[in-house]
Amino acid sequence: MSPKPPIVRHDDLKPEFGRLRRRGLLRGGFSLGALTLLTGCDLSTHSGVDAALEAMLRFDDRIQEALFDKSRLAETYPASAITHPFRFNAYYPEWQVRIIDPATWRLGVSGLVRETRAWSVADLRALPQQRQITRHICIEGWSQIGQWSGVPLHVFLKRIGADLRAKYVSFTCFDGYSTSIDMPSALQSQTIMALDFESRPLTPEWGAPLRLRIPTKLGYKSAKNLQSIAVTNKYPGGYWENQGYDWFAGV
Amino acid sequence: MRPLRSARPAHPVPIRIMHWIGVYAIGCMMFSGWEIYDASPSLPFLFPQWAGLGGWLGGALAWHLSAMWLLFADGLAYLAYGIATGHFRRDLAPLHPREVGRDLGAALRFALPHRIGHYNAVQRLLYAGIIIVITFAVATGLAIWKPIQFGWLTGLFGGYPIARGIHLAMMGLIAAFVVIHVTLVAFYPRTLVSMIANTSADPETTP
Repeated sequence: MSPKPPIVRHDDLKPEFGRLRRRGLLRGGFSLGALTLLTGCDLSTHSGVDAALEAMLRFDDRIQEALFDKSRLAETYPASAITHPFRFNAYYPEWQVRIIDPATWRLGVSGLVRETRAWSVADLRALPQQRQITRHICIEGWSQIGQWSGVPLHVFLKRIGADLRAKYVSFTCFDGYSTSIDMPSALQSQTIMALDFESRPLTPEWGAPLRLRIPTKLGYKSAKNLQSIAVTNKYPGGYWENQGYDWFAGV
Repeated sequence: MRPLRSARPAHPVPIRIMHWIGVYAIGCMMFSGWEIYDASPSLPFLFPQWAGLGGWLGGALAWHLSAMWLLFADGLAYLAYGIATGHFRRDLAPLHPREVGRDLGAALRFALPHRIGHYNAVQRLLYAGIIIVITFAVATGLAIWKPIQFGWLTGLFGGYPIARGIHLAMMGLIAAFVVIHVTLVAFYPRTLVSMIANTSADPETTP
Protein backbone atom coordinates (compact mmCIF):
# COMPACT_ATOMS: atom_id res chain seq x y z
CA MET A 1 0.00 0.00 0.00
CA SER A 2 3.03 2.29 0.15
CA PRO A 3 3.61 4.43 -2.94
CA LYS A 4 6.42 3.85 -5.40
CA PRO A 5 9.90 4.94 -4.21
CA PRO A 6 10.20 8.71 -4.60
CA ILE A 7 12.87 8.83 -7.27
CA VAL A 8 12.95 11.90 -9.48
CA ARG A 9 13.14 10.91 -13.11
CA HIS A 10 13.62 13.36 -15.95
CA ASP A 11 10.32 12.18 -17.41
CA ASP A 12 8.54 13.29 -14.26
CA LEU A 13 9.76 16.85 -14.68
CA LYS A 14 9.40 17.02 -18.44
CA PRO A 15 5.82 18.31 -18.41
CA GLU A 16 6.85 21.09 -16.01
CA PHE A 17 9.79 22.08 -18.18
CA GLY A 18 7.47 22.02 -21.17
CA ARG A 19 5.08 24.42 -19.48
CA LEU A 20 7.84 26.79 -18.47
CA ARG A 21 9.27 26.79 -21.98
CA ARG A 22 5.85 27.39 -23.52
CA ARG A 23 5.18 30.38 -21.33
CA GLY A 24 8.61 31.83 -22.00
CA LEU A 25 8.61 31.45 -25.76
CA LEU A 26 5.14 32.69 -26.27
CA ARG A 27 5.85 36.39 -26.18
CA GLY A 28 7.13 38.05 -29.26
CA GLY A 29 8.14 34.88 -31.04
CA PHE A 30 7.24 34.24 -34.64
CA SER A 31 4.21 32.03 -34.97
CA LEU A 32 1.84 30.97 -37.70
CA GLY A 33 -0.87 32.23 -35.43
CA ALA A 34 0.68 35.67 -35.64
CA LEU A 35 0.31 35.72 -39.40
CA THR A 36 -3.43 35.33 -39.59
CA LEU A 37 -4.58 35.57 -36.02
CA LEU A 38 -3.55 37.08 -32.77
CA THR A 39 -0.81 35.47 -30.83
CA GLY A 40 -0.13 35.85 -27.15
CA CYS A 41 -3.83 35.25 -26.52
CA ASP A 42 -3.52 32.34 -24.15
CA LEU A 43 -5.93 33.38 -21.39
CA SER A 44 -3.03 34.51 -19.20
CA THR A 45 -3.18 38.18 -20.14
CA HIS A 46 -6.13 40.51 -19.95
CA SER A 47 -6.20 41.48 -23.59
CA GLY A 48 -9.45 41.96 -25.46
CA VAL A 49 -8.97 38.70 -27.30
CA ASP A 50 -8.45 36.80 -24.05
CA ALA A 51 -11.67 38.35 -22.75
CA ALA A 52 -13.45 37.27 -25.94
CA LEU A 53 -12.10 33.73 -25.58
CA GLU A 54 -13.23 33.61 -21.95
CA ALA A 55 -16.69 34.84 -22.99
CA MET A 56 -16.81 32.07 -25.59
CA LEU A 57 -15.85 29.49 -22.94
CA ARG A 58 -18.74 30.70 -20.77
CA PHE A 59 -21.04 30.44 -23.79
CA ASP A 60 -19.74 26.88 -24.35
CA ASP A 61 -20.49 26.12 -20.69
CA ARG A 62 -24.12 27.15 -21.16
CA ILE A 63 -24.40 24.98 -24.29
CA GLN A 64 -22.83 22.07 -22.40
CA GLU A 65 -25.27 22.48 -19.52
CA ALA A 66 -28.15 22.44 -21.99
CA LEU A 67 -26.78 19.33 -23.73
CA PHE A 68 -26.29 17.46 -20.46
CA ASP A 69 -28.94 14.84 -19.77
CA LYS A 70 -28.77 13.00 -16.43
CA SER A 71 -30.34 9.92 -17.97
CA ARG A 72 -27.56 9.49 -20.55
CA LEU A 73 -25.06 7.10 -19.01
CA ALA A 74 -21.38 6.70 -19.67
CA GLU A 75 -20.62 3.45 -21.46
CA THR A 76 -19.50 0.67 -19.11
CA TYR A 77 -16.99 -1.98 -20.07
CA PRO A 78 -16.08 -5.58 -19.18
CA ALA A 79 -13.13 -6.16 -16.82
CA SER A 80 -11.07 -7.33 -19.81
CA ALA A 81 -11.18 -3.76 -21.22
CA ILE A 82 -9.43 -2.20 -18.19
CA THR A 83 -6.26 -0.36 -19.21
CA HIS A 84 -2.98 -1.75 -17.86
CA PRO A 85 -0.77 -0.13 -16.81
CA PHE A 86 -3.02 2.70 -15.70
CA ARG A 87 -1.55 6.14 -16.37
CA PHE A 88 -0.80 8.42 -13.44
CA ASN A 89 -1.95 11.98 -13.89
CA ALA A 90 -1.95 15.04 -11.64
CA TYR A 91 -0.80 18.64 -11.73
CA TYR A 92 2.45 17.42 -10.19
CA PRO A 93 4.69 14.42 -10.97
CA GLU A 94 4.19 11.09 -9.25
CA TRP A 95 7.04 11.53 -6.77
CA GLN A 96 5.18 14.46 -5.20
CA VAL A 97 2.10 12.39 -4.33
CA ARG A 98 0.84 13.36 -0.84
CA ILE A 99 0.41 10.58 1.68
CA ILE A 100 -2.06 10.76 4.52
CA ASP A 101 -3.01 8.29 7.25
CA PRO A 102 -6.47 7.00 6.28
CA ALA A 103 -7.18 6.18 9.94
CA THR A 104 -7.02 9.83 11.03
CA TRP A 105 -8.29 11.40 7.79
CA ARG A 106 -11.76 12.97 7.85
CA LEU A 107 -13.86 14.41 5.02
CA GLY A 108 -15.12 17.88 5.85
CA VAL A 109 -18.61 18.98 4.80
CA SER A 110 -19.79 22.57 4.55
CA GLY A 111 -22.13 24.97 2.79
CA LEU A 112 -25.81 24.45 2.06
CA VAL A 113 -26.16 21.20 4.01
CA ARG A 114 -28.07 20.11 7.09
CA GLU A 115 -25.29 17.99 8.65
CA THR A 116 -21.73 19.25 8.71
CA ARG A 117 -20.11 16.48 10.75
CA ALA A 118 -16.87 15.08 9.30
CA TRP A 119 -16.78 11.60 7.75
CA SER A 120 -14.21 8.86 8.31
CA VAL A 121 -13.34 6.14 5.79
CA ALA A 122 -15.31 3.65 7.89
CA ASP A 123 -18.38 5.96 7.88
CA LEU A 124 -18.22 6.17 4.10
CA ARG A 125 -17.77 2.41 3.69
CA ALA A 126 -20.97 1.92 5.68
CA LEU A 127 -22.95 3.75 2.96
CA PRO A 128 -24.23 1.98 -0.21
CA GLN A 129 -21.41 1.34 -2.70
CA GLN A 130 -21.38 1.32 -6.48
CA ARG A 131 -18.81 -0.27 -8.77
CA GLN A 132 -18.12 0.95 -12.29
CA ILE A 133 -15.78 0.26 -15.19
CA THR A 134 -15.78 3.44 -17.26
CA ARG A 135 -13.59 5.49 -19.58
CA HIS A 136 -11.55 8.33 -18.10
CA ILE A 137 -11.01 10.99 -20.79
CA CYS A 138 -8.24 13.52 -20.25
CA ILE A 139 -8.49 17.04 -21.65
CA GLU A 140 -5.20 16.26 -23.41
CA GLY A 141 -7.07 13.76 -25.58
CA TRP A 142 -5.85 10.41 -24.22
CA SER A 143 -8.23 8.10 -22.44
CA GLN A 144 -8.11 4.92 -20.37
CA ILE A 145 -10.59 2.50 -18.88
CA GLY A 146 -10.52 1.87 -15.14
CA GLN A 147 -12.55 0.34 -12.36
CA TRP A 148 -13.63 2.31 -9.33
CA SER A 149 -16.12 1.76 -6.55
CA GLY A 150 -17.46 3.94 -3.80
CA VAL A 151 -20.40 5.96 -2.57
CA PRO A 152 -22.68 7.46 -5.24
CA LEU A 153 -22.47 11.22 -4.72
CA HIS A 154 -26.26 11.60 -4.92
CA VAL A 155 -26.58 9.15 -1.99
CA PHE A 156 -24.04 11.14 0.02
CA LEU A 157 -25.56 14.53 -0.82
CA LYS A 158 -29.00 13.32 0.29
CA ARG A 159 -27.49 11.79 3.45
CA ILE A 160 -25.93 15.11 4.51
CA GLY A 161 -29.17 16.95 3.72
CA ALA A 162 -27.66 19.02 0.92
CA ASP A 163 -29.80 21.62 -0.81
CA LEU A 164 -30.18 19.81 -4.14
CA ARG A 165 -31.34 23.05 -5.82
CA ALA A 166 -27.94 24.64 -5.14
CA LYS A 167 -25.84 25.34 -8.21
CA TYR A 168 -22.44 23.90 -7.33
CA VAL A 169 -20.69 21.15 -5.46
CA SER A 170 -17.06 22.03 -4.84
CA PHE A 171 -14.17 19.78 -3.83
CA THR A 172 -11.01 20.74 -1.98
CA CYS A 173 -8.07 18.35 -1.84
CA PHE A 174 -5.17 18.04 0.60
CA ASP A 175 -2.69 18.01 -2.30
CA GLY A 176 -3.55 21.64 -3.13
CA TYR A 177 -5.97 20.71 -5.90
CA SER A 178 -9.58 21.86 -6.17
CA THR A 179 -12.47 21.63 -8.59
CA SER A 180 -16.23 22.09 -8.77
CA ILE A 181 -19.17 20.64 -10.66
CA ASP A 182 -22.79 21.56 -11.40
CA MET A 183 -25.53 19.98 -9.29
CA PRO A 184 -27.20 18.01 -12.15
CA SER A 185 -23.86 16.31 -12.94
CA ALA A 186 -23.28 15.71 -9.21
CA LEU A 187 -26.61 13.89 -9.04
CA GLN A 188 -25.99 11.76 -12.15
CA SER A 189 -26.08 8.12 -11.05
CA GLN A 190 -22.50 7.29 -12.11
CA THR A 191 -20.88 10.14 -10.17
CA ILE A 192 -19.23 8.45 -7.20
CA MET A 193 -16.90 9.24 -4.33
CA ALA A 194 -14.49 6.37 -4.95
CA LEU A 195 -12.82 4.47 -2.11
CA ASP A 196 -11.51 1.59 -4.22
CA PHE A 197 -9.54 1.31 -7.44
CA GLU A 198 -9.50 -2.09 -9.13
CA SER A 199 -11.27 -3.64 -6.12
CA ARG A 200 -8.60 -2.52 -3.61
CA PRO A 201 -8.60 0.53 -1.34
CA LEU A 202 -7.16 3.53 -3.18
CA THR A 203 -3.41 3.97 -2.85
CA PRO A 204 -2.00 7.52 -2.60
CA GLU A 205 -1.18 7.88 -6.32
CA TRP A 206 -4.79 7.05 -7.21
CA GLY A 207 -6.19 9.52 -4.71
CA ALA A 208 -6.29 7.79 -1.29
CA PRO A 209 -8.28 7.74 0.78
CA LEU A 210 -11.17 9.25 -1.22
CA ARG A 211 -11.52 10.68 -4.72
CA LEU A 212 -14.27 11.87 -6.97
CA ARG A 213 -14.92 9.72 -10.02
CA ILE A 214 -17.20 11.41 -12.55
CA PRO A 215 -17.23 9.67 -15.95
CA THR A 216 -19.50 12.32 -17.54
CA LYS A 217 -16.74 14.93 -17.26
CA LEU A 218 -13.13 15.32 -18.36
CA GLY A 219 -10.50 13.82 -16.08
CA TYR A 220 -9.58 17.04 -14.26
CA LYS A 221 -13.01 16.99 -12.58
CA SER A 222 -12.27 13.59 -10.97
CA ALA A 223 -10.36 15.15 -8.08
CA LYS A 224 -8.11 12.89 -6.00
CA ASN A 225 -7.14 13.11 -2.32
CA LEU A 226 -10.37 14.78 -1.21
CA GLN A 227 -10.31 16.87 1.95
CA SER A 228 -13.70 18.53 1.95
CA ILE A 229 -16.93 19.02 0.05
CA ALA A 230 -19.05 22.16 -0.07
CA VAL A 231 -22.49 22.80 -1.54
CA THR A 232 -22.83 26.38 -2.69
CA ASN A 233 -24.46 28.90 -5.03
CA LYS A 234 -21.26 30.93 -5.30
CA TYR A 235 -19.08 29.94 -8.28
CA PRO A 236 -16.16 28.03 -6.73
CA GLY A 237 -13.84 27.66 -9.76
CA GLY A 238 -10.98 25.21 -9.46
CA TYR A 239 -7.25 24.65 -9.95
CA TRP A 240 -7.34 24.30 -13.75
CA GLU A 241 -10.59 26.18 -14.29
CA ASN A 242 -9.00 29.32 -12.83
CA GLN A 243 -6.20 29.03 -15.41
CA GLY A 244 -8.47 28.73 -18.43
CA TYR A 245 -9.78 25.19 -18.76
CA ASP A 246 -13.51 25.29 -19.39
CA TRP A 247 -15.54 24.96 -16.23
CA PHE A 248 -18.29 22.56 -17.29
CA ALA A 249 -15.94 20.04 -18.95
CA GLY A 250 -18.74 17.66 -19.86
CA VAL A 251 -18.18 14.78 -22.24
CA MET B 1 -17.74 42.40 -81.97
CA ARG B 2 -16.39 41.42 -78.59
CA PRO B 3 -16.87 37.79 -77.68
CA LEU B 4 -20.02 37.28 -75.69
CA ARG B 5 -19.07 37.19 -72.02
CA SER B 6 -21.24 35.53 -69.49
CA ALA B 7 -22.92 38.04 -67.21
CA ARG B 8 -22.51 35.55 -64.40
CA PRO B 9 -19.85 36.47 -61.83
CA ALA B 10 -17.12 33.88 -61.36
CA HIS B 11 -18.01 33.69 -57.67
CA PRO B 12 -21.15 35.32 -56.27
CA VAL B 13 -20.56 37.64 -53.32
CA PRO B 14 -21.96 35.21 -50.68
CA ILE B 15 -19.55 32.49 -51.85
CA ARG B 16 -16.60 34.87 -51.57
CA ILE B 17 -17.59 36.00 -48.08
CA MET B 18 -18.18 32.44 -46.86
CA HIS B 19 -14.90 31.31 -48.45
CA TRP B 20 -12.80 33.82 -46.53
CA ILE B 21 -14.66 33.32 -43.25
CA GLY B 22 -14.04 29.61 -43.79
CA VAL B 23 -10.33 30.21 -44.38
CA TYR B 24 -10.07 32.06 -41.06
CA ALA B 25 -12.13 29.46 -39.18
CA ILE B 26 -10.19 26.51 -40.63
CA GLY B 27 -6.94 28.34 -39.86
CA CYS B 28 -7.95 28.80 -36.21
CA MET B 29 -9.10 25.18 -35.95
CA MET B 30 -5.99 23.76 -37.59
CA PHE B 31 -3.35 25.78 -35.71
CA SER B 32 -5.06 25.38 -32.33
CA GLY B 33 -5.68 21.71 -33.18
CA TRP B 34 -1.95 21.18 -33.64
CA GLU B 35 -1.31 22.64 -30.19
CA ILE B 36 -3.98 20.32 -28.71
CA TYR B 37 -2.49 17.34 -30.55
CA ASP B 38 0.93 18.12 -29.07
CA ALA B 39 -0.46 17.77 -25.53
CA SER B 40 -0.82 14.04 -26.16
CA PRO B 41 0.51 13.04 -29.58
CA SER B 42 -0.94 9.79 -30.90
CA LEU B 43 1.67 9.55 -33.68
CA PRO B 44 5.45 9.74 -33.29
CA PHE B 45 5.76 13.39 -34.21
CA LEU B 46 4.97 16.82 -32.79
CA PHE B 47 3.92 19.99 -34.54
CA PRO B 48 6.49 22.73 -34.03
CA GLN B 49 5.77 25.18 -31.24
CA TRP B 50 5.69 28.14 -33.63
CA ALA B 51 2.87 26.53 -35.64
CA GLY B 52 0.49 26.32 -32.70
CA LEU B 53 -2.21 28.74 -31.63
CA GLY B 54 -3.09 29.41 -28.01
CA GLY B 55 0.31 29.13 -26.31
CA TRP B 56 -0.67 26.19 -24.10
CA LEU B 57 -3.35 23.49 -24.03
CA GLY B 58 -5.95 25.66 -22.26
CA GLY B 59 -5.44 28.55 -24.67
CA ALA B 60 -5.51 26.24 -27.69
CA LEU B 61 -8.74 24.63 -26.51
CA ALA B 62 -10.31 28.04 -25.94
CA TRP B 63 -9.49 28.92 -29.55
CA HIS B 64 -10.66 25.54 -30.82
CA LEU B 65 -13.96 25.63 -28.91
CA SER B 66 -14.58 29.24 -29.99
CA ALA B 67 -13.68 28.98 -33.67
CA MET B 68 -15.74 25.81 -33.99
CA TRP B 69 -18.91 27.92 -33.83
CA LEU B 70 -17.66 30.13 -36.63
CA LEU B 71 -16.81 27.08 -38.75
CA PHE B 72 -20.15 25.49 -37.89
CA ALA B 73 -22.17 28.60 -38.81
CA ASP B 74 -20.13 29.27 -41.96
CA GLY B 75 -20.37 25.62 -43.03
CA LEU B 76 -24.12 25.44 -42.45
CA ALA B 77 -24.70 28.69 -44.35
CA TYR B 78 -22.55 27.40 -47.21
CA LEU B 79 -24.36 24.04 -47.37
CA ALA B 80 -27.76 25.76 -47.33
CA TYR B 81 -26.62 28.21 -50.02
CA GLY B 82 -25.08 25.48 -52.16
CA ILE B 83 -28.25 23.41 -52.11
CA ALA B 84 -30.72 26.29 -52.45
CA THR B 85 -29.00 28.04 -55.37
CA GLY B 86 -28.05 24.91 -57.28
CA HIS B 87 -24.33 25.73 -56.81
CA PHE B 88 -23.58 22.14 -55.79
CA ARG B 89 -25.61 20.58 -58.64
CA ARG B 90 -24.30 22.96 -61.29
CA ASP B 91 -20.69 23.46 -60.27
CA LEU B 92 -19.61 20.65 -57.97
CA ALA B 93 -21.57 17.53 -58.95
CA PRO B 94 -19.04 14.97 -60.20
CA LEU B 95 -18.81 14.54 -63.96
CA HIS B 96 -18.73 11.27 -65.83
CA PRO B 97 -15.79 9.01 -64.84
CA ARG B 98 -14.46 9.32 -68.40
CA GLU B 99 -14.17 13.11 -68.03
CA VAL B 100 -12.60 12.69 -64.60
CA GLY B 101 -9.98 10.38 -66.13
CA ARG B 102 -9.32 12.77 -69.01
CA ASP B 103 -9.01 15.86 -66.80
CA LEU B 104 -6.93 14.07 -64.18
CA GLY B 105 -4.51 12.91 -66.93
CA ALA B 106 -4.33 16.44 -68.29
CA ALA B 107 -3.79 17.88 -64.81
CA LEU B 108 -0.89 15.51 -64.13
CA ARG B 109 0.72 16.60 -67.42
CA PHE B 110 0.10 20.24 -66.36
CA ALA B 111 -2.06 20.58 -69.48
CA LEU B 112 -5.48 21.08 -67.94
CA PRO B 113 -7.06 24.33 -69.10
CA HIS B 114 -8.36 26.45 -66.26
CA ARG B 115 -11.37 28.66 -66.90
CA ILE B 116 -12.56 31.18 -64.34
CA GLY B 117 -16.03 30.39 -63.08
CA HIS B 118 -16.13 26.86 -64.51
CA TYR B 119 -14.91 23.80 -62.68
CA ASN B 120 -13.24 20.95 -64.50
CA ALA B 121 -13.61 17.35 -63.34
CA VAL B 122 -10.52 17.51 -61.08
CA GLN B 123 -11.68 20.70 -59.38
CA ARG B 124 -15.15 19.24 -58.86
CA LEU B 125 -13.56 16.17 -57.28
CA LEU B 126 -11.36 18.25 -54.96
CA TYR B 127 -14.03 20.79 -53.95
CA ALA B 128 -16.76 18.19 -53.37
CA GLY B 129 -14.16 16.10 -51.53
CA ILE B 130 -13.08 18.90 -49.18
CA ILE B 131 -16.72 19.65 -48.29
CA ILE B 132 -17.19 16.00 -47.30
CA VAL B 133 -13.88 15.95 -45.41
CA ILE B 134 -14.72 19.11 -43.42
CA THR B 135 -18.16 17.66 -42.65
CA PHE B 136 -16.45 14.56 -41.25
CA ALA B 137 -13.98 16.72 -39.32
CA VAL B 138 -16.89 18.56 -37.68
CA ALA B 139 -18.84 15.34 -37.00
CA THR B 140 -15.83 13.57 -35.43
CA GLY B 141 -15.07 16.76 -33.52
CA LEU B 142 -18.56 16.70 -31.99
CA ALA B 143 -18.11 12.98 -31.31
CA ILE B 144 -14.95 13.52 -29.24
CA TRP B 145 -16.25 16.73 -27.61
CA LYS B 146 -19.37 14.95 -26.29
CA PRO B 147 -18.79 11.17 -26.39
CA ILE B 148 -21.57 10.60 -23.84
CA GLN B 149 -24.15 13.28 -24.74
CA PHE B 150 -23.63 12.49 -28.46
CA GLY B 151 -22.91 8.82 -27.73
CA TRP B 152 -24.79 7.67 -30.84
CA LEU B 153 -22.46 9.76 -33.01
CA THR B 154 -19.33 8.57 -31.21
CA GLY B 155 -20.62 5.00 -31.59
CA LEU B 156 -21.07 5.56 -35.32
CA PHE B 157 -17.35 6.34 -35.56
CA GLY B 158 -16.36 3.28 -33.53
CA GLY B 159 -15.95 4.87 -30.09
CA TYR B 160 -13.91 7.71 -28.61
CA PRO B 161 -10.33 6.67 -29.47
CA ILE B 162 -11.17 5.81 -33.10
CA ALA B 163 -13.24 8.98 -33.58
CA ARG B 164 -10.23 10.94 -32.29
CA GLY B 165 -8.02 9.17 -34.84
CA ILE B 166 -10.44 9.97 -37.68
CA HIS B 167 -10.56 13.61 -36.51
CA LEU B 168 -6.76 13.79 -36.85
CA ALA B 169 -6.89 12.05 -40.26
CA MET B 170 -9.44 14.63 -41.50
CA MET B 171 -7.06 17.39 -40.40
CA GLY B 172 -4.37 15.69 -42.51
CA LEU B 173 -6.66 15.62 -45.55
CA ILE B 174 -7.62 19.28 -45.07
CA ALA B 175 -3.93 20.19 -44.81
CA ALA B 176 -3.21 18.23 -48.01
CA PHE B 177 -6.08 20.00 -49.78
CA VAL B 178 -4.78 23.40 -48.66
CA VAL B 179 -1.32 22.61 -50.08
CA ILE B 180 -2.75 21.52 -53.46
CA HIS B 181 -5.28 24.37 -53.57
CA VAL B 182 -2.79 27.11 -52.70
CA THR B 183 -0.22 25.69 -55.14
CA LEU B 184 -2.76 25.73 -57.97
CA VAL B 185 -3.85 29.25 -57.07
CA ALA B 186 -0.19 30.26 -57.31
CA PHE B 187 -0.14 28.79 -60.86
CA TYR B 188 -3.35 30.63 -61.81
CA PRO B 189 -3.25 33.93 -59.86
CA ARG B 190 -6.38 35.10 -61.72
CA THR B 191 -8.37 32.68 -59.56
CA LEU B 192 -7.24 34.50 -56.41
CA VAL B 193 -8.45 37.81 -57.86
CA SER B 194 -11.79 36.22 -58.77
CA MET B 195 -12.30 35.06 -55.17
CA ILE B 196 -11.81 38.66 -53.95
CA ALA B 197 -13.02 41.16 -56.56
CA ASN B 198 -15.96 41.09 -58.95
CA THR B 199 -14.83 39.03 -61.93
CA SER B 200 -16.97 37.73 -64.79
CA ALA B 201 -16.91 34.07 -65.52
CA ASP B 202 -15.07 33.04 -68.69
CA PRO B 203 -17.28 32.25 -71.71
CA GLU B 204 -19.20 29.00 -71.52
CA THR B 205 -17.53 27.30 -74.45
CA THR B 206 -13.88 26.49 -74.76
CA PRO B 207 -12.20 28.52 -77.51
